[in-house]
Amino acid sequence: MKNLIEVKNIKKNYGKKEAVKGITFNVEENEILGLLGPNGSGKTTTIGMLLGLLKPTSGQIFINNLILEENRIQILEMINFISPYIELPKKLTVKQNLYVYSKLYKVKNIKERIEYLSEKLRIGELLDSITGELSSGQKNRVSLAKALINEPKVLLLDEPTASLDPEVGDFVRTFLEEYRKEKKISILLASHNMNEVTRLCKSVLMMKNGEIVDQGTPDDLITKHGRTNLEEVFLKLSRSKSEFN
Amino acid sequence: MSLIRIYGLFLRHFYLITRSFPRILDLVYWPTIQITLWGFISNFFANHTTYYNNAVGVILTCAILYDFLFRTSIGFNMLFLEEIWSRNFTNLFIAPMRIGEILTSLVITALIRSLIGLVPAILLTSPLFGISILDLGIFLFLLFLSLYIFGITLGILVSSGLLRFGPSFENIAWSTMFLLAPFGCIYYPIETLPEVFQKIAYMLPLVYIFEEARNILINQAVDIENIYYAFMWNALYFSISIFLFYYSFNAAKNKGTLINMGE
Repeated sequence: MKNLIEVKNIKKNYGKKEAVKGITFNVEENEILGLLGPNGSGKTTTIGMLLGLLKPTSGQIFINNLILEENRIQILEMINFISPYIELPKKLTVKQNLYVYSKLYKVKNIKERIEYLSEKLRIGELLDSITGELSSGQKNRVSLAKALINEPKVLLLDEPTASLDPEVGDFVRTFLEEYRKEKKISILLASHNMNEVTRLCKSVLMMKNGEIVDQGTPDDLITKHGRTNLEEVFLKLSRSKSEFN
Repeated sequence: MSLIRIYGLFLRHFYLITRSFPRILDLVYWPTIQITLWGFISNFFANHTTYYNNAVGVILTCAILYDFLFRTSIGFNMLFLEEIWSRNFTNLFIAPMRIGEILTSLVITALIRSLIGLVPAILLTSPLFGISILDLGIFLFLLFLSLYIFGITLGILVSSGLLRFGPSFENIAWSTMFLLAPFGCIYYPIETLPEVFQKIAYMLPLVYIFEEARNILINQAVDIENIYYAFMWNALYFSISIFLFYYSFNAAKNKGTLINMGE
């Protein structure tokens, strides 16, 4: 299977502080890779580098076989991102926001694309609503629509279901699973929701202090660490000092 | 450069302005108040001093020109700050937009914002004070263009600071124009300034623009040299601002400011 994301020994230093210490991983086409780790482990920094928002101190990132640093615009056209920490302009209607981002991503057939996403994400009745007046569940689905507006080959998700109620959270997870199967996209999912990661991800990277401390399928990791679920594995790795520091 | 993307970013701000009556009111309100106030002051001075040679409207014309500069510069900064305040900054910088496209879009939008505010105010000057800024003739366009470039230059410089240092740089955005105003010789000739300040003033395009506006209105003559120097200084500062913006963008990518941008 073709690798859509290839990360080769990337490091990121902020002055003397090493935020990411030379990590290497790949994400295959049609794969969801989970990125787990406690706060400050380097997940957001890694995603920032994949988005071209942060320049790695060393190492290389390839997206769809293109070097990110040399093909920033071309790569940004084929990736997208969703995070609860960024928002769409609050004063614009949902439709205006989707229209604006369609233009920024030079989407063809804008009307059809918005209609398709509205139906899939059940936001049709929200299109004329002011974005800032939506509930967090509605905002999340609208942000997801924005993140899919350009039919990305690679989707980066930073806690995509944080602060959502179980029903909306389940809807989003189901949607992502189906969308990935249908479009064969690669997804990198950073999440603190272990059930979500277990359900969605084929394999998982565990990060701590800027390093990948373990990786494998959720089942393999559970077995390897002698635990009953991924959350226990996460806690073991997060709390273990001697092993990984 | 993609015109579609430039138009897309313009639309984002166009929707924002046109959706909100208070925003439009805010754009029109301050220039109108400012110009009305300076209109009365202008009338008073024109009738009580000999310097202006009864050229009614010299001060008012300069006030309009300065307000255009102020609105352009602040307008550009506002567009940039809007992205930070709305936490849309990351979305914008992960969109496949070239820096040149972002700047071009903001430059066009800033002009439209300024004109929305200024045109009604300028139209008011004729019935209220019997003054028309069009008395500057064809050179009015050159003076406005020069001010527009300088306003945009200041906007880009401040935005570079926002990129490099984050939202904490916001206060500078509001104060830049006030810092430069005394050196701009907006309402008085350059000889009014102490010699040291004059040297600084001569390194700004503003002094040439306002000296020329007064020259045209009072002496009914045109000194092309003033316009030429204004454009030369503008070209220099504009180039520096573009360089600094790219530099700040790269510095922000090293420092991580683009990820954490927000209030």
